Amino acid sequence: MTQRKTLSHLDWLEAEAIHIMREVAGQCANPVLLFSGGKDSICMLRIAEKAFRPGKFPFPLMHIDTGHNYQEVVAFRDKRAAELGERLIVRSVEDSMKRGTVVLKHEGESRNKHQSVTLLEAIEEFGFDACIGGARRDEEKARAKERIFSFRDEFGQWDPKNQRPELWSLYNARSHKGENIRAFPISNWTEMDVWQYIEREKLELPSIYFAHTRPVVIRQGAIVPVNVPLVSGELTNLPKAGEQIIDKLVRFRTVGDISCTAPVESDADTVEKIVVETATTTITERGATRLDDQTSEASMEQRKKEGYF
Amino acid sequence: MSANQTIEDHGLLRFLTCGSVDDGKSTLIGRLLFDTKTILADTLNAIEKTSQKRGLGAVDLSLLTDGLQAEREQGITIDVAYRYFSTGTRKYIIADAPGHEQYTRNMVTAASTANLAIILIDARKGVLTQTRRHSKLASLVGIPHLVVAINKMDLVDYSQETYEKIKADYLAFAAKVGIDDVRFIPLSALNGDMIVERGEALNWYEGPTLMEILEAVPAAHTEHAEKFRFPVQYVCRPQDSANPELHDYRGFMGRVESGSIKVGDQVTVLPNGLESTVKAVQIGGVDIGAAFTEQSVTILLADEIDCSRGDMIVKTAEAPAAVKEIRATVCWLAEAPLDRARTYLIRHTTRDSKAKLTAIDHRLDVNTLENLPADKLAMNDIAEVTFKLAQPLFVDPYTENRGTGAFIVIDESNNNTVGAGMIL
Repeated sequence: MTQRKTLSHLDWLEAEAIHIMREVAGQCANPVLLFSGGKDSICMLRIAEKAFRPGKFPFPLMHIDTGHNYQEVVAFRDKRAAELGERLIVRSVEDSMKRGTVVLKHEGESRNKHQSVTLLEAIEEFGFDACIGGARRDEEKARAKERIFSFRDEFGQWDPKNQRPELWSLYNARSHKGENIRAFPISNWTEMDVWQYIEREKLELPSIYFAHTRPVVIRQGAIVPVNVPLVSGELTNLPKAGEQIIDKLVRFRTVGDISCTAPVESDADTVEKIVVETATTTITERGATRLDDQTSEASMEQRKKEGYF
Repeated sequence: MSANQTIEDHGLLRFLTCGSVDDGKSTLIGRLLFDTKTILADTLNAIEKTSQKRGLGAVDLSLLTDGLQAEREQGITIDVAYRYFSTGTRKYIIADAPGHEQYTRNMVTAASTANLAIILIDARKGVLTQTRRHSKLASLVGIPHLVVAINKMDLVDYSQETYEKIKADYLAFAAKVGIDDVRFIPLSALNGDMIVERGEALNWYEGPTLMEILEAVPAAHTEHAEKFRFPVQYVCRPQDSANPELHDYRGFMGRVESGSIKVGDQVTVLPNGLESTVKAVQIGGVDIGAAFTEQSVTILLADEIDCSRGDMIVKTAEAPAAVKEIRATVCWLAEAPLDRARTYLIRHTTRDSKAKLTAIDHRLDVNTLENLPADKLAMNDIAEVTFKLAQPLFVDPYTENRGTGAFIVIDESNNNTVGAGMIL
């Protein structure tokens, strides 16, 4: 047998992700790539560049904005899309609230899960037949069992008991009108792979991924950022009566809706330091930072069944 | 300092674990994740709590593979789960397939991307029907490396005699079904013996630990398919770009299924049979000169040749067969049986063709491993069949090339994937 070259693990993961994106482009008539400005979707944009340059991306980018996103992330999102010269669509949960399709239980309720409604409305508005997302299987146990090409019915619902078998790298993205495919090119990546890729590709990130000082309170054991300025300048996450505000050196391991992402204590202010910290951490990404997943053991599975990414 | 700059990167290995919960499969996976420090404190706390709640003395590592709410409600595992760990030199993807009656379908799915299978045997029970079934399926799907792990050695007093007896039984069976590359290892997943650490109790065993086996196995997915195969996924034509240099750019995008290609190689585009020379090999518009198996690249040709998704670029001297009829081993995956009267869609590489079943040669009984006559195909059945095709496909035998030897069958009425085929 001849001696064969072996791809490094990052090269293999990248090659797989490029292949998946090209399958979406080849099989689907009107796909869209979900881009939030977070680290996973930043990796996805680099993969899309490697998949389709020197051509333009065969899909627009779209962000479902809860209106409660960090200023730095929203600014980064717009800057990155402009640098790439690709079209960015933003659809807002607040518009769904105005239409009355999203009704919050109370003013302070997290808008995170309501993104599903706005996403489904956007899918209908543009007639998208596939959404490319940056979810990873290592994040959460419902995701560990979801296909790379995940079929959703007309209501965007995931049915874990009735998934299409997925063999070899033969993906089936066929759907009827109104149905939808969610494709996850970085399914097989872990948090560590993402950081190693960011390091290797020298990818720029929103500043809040790096250690910085910010006012926080300790609420039920979690670090909760307070007095966070929204894009409008208005402050959100106000402290509750009696809570003591402290300035802490923190960074975000994951960014999303302000109401449900918490930072971790860290002095890692470079990608290199974050790679080392990720290799030695003792807490999972979601365990450390997602306040919404702690509510119930099955909350991601539940949200996916309701149309979530 | 970066974690991987000084350490060698041995790529990525995908493997499959076969066995039921009773064989200690979940405990083995839990042990691999635990001993490689993949399980973090909060996850461990959660399973400690659950173990206590269930009145267990020690932490039950099998709880790590507990799945969906829908599964817990029914007390079964529904689907293949994928899990990840890394040793610093190599990244691993475990496909964990459940063991209930849909096993064949799930195992074939999990095995299709695996390069190694661990077949678990309970040392108290020895080689069982399910051991034979797992082994046959693993070999059918072409997994190049088999490891037979004789587990629960702690429950047979770590007896070498028991181990040797099971090994001899297995080898006798393996010879009959034509499995030749197989390794044996005694272990106790519960106590962690011979997984990452050697432990104290199995000193008579001189071979490598399970982790040493995993670290040493070649990562490449297909090891004897060296012919260049490049199914075209997408064509890049940025004519409307502001850059006039790109007006004539025609990039054929795809992943190298097997073999290698470099600038200057003589190639043929199928099905039209036109020949040209490779002008450039690129990733993201940047020249890389050459590419090999599993790389996703863009190929530019010296001549303007018509080529689109579904076509295949090959080296001129080693073109595959273009066929309008295929004989294949098919595993049926859907609840509705294969209907001889219907037309299905076959997807092979990036190419689709309408297809109709013309014959079922025989069906494999996965328990007795006998070939039986059959006139229909139901879920979990495996059979040798013949399909007639509307369009030609460019195929290699599956045993030579997994990429160009595999196909799926799609039911166009509901778009489900209903069958998996391996070309003979």
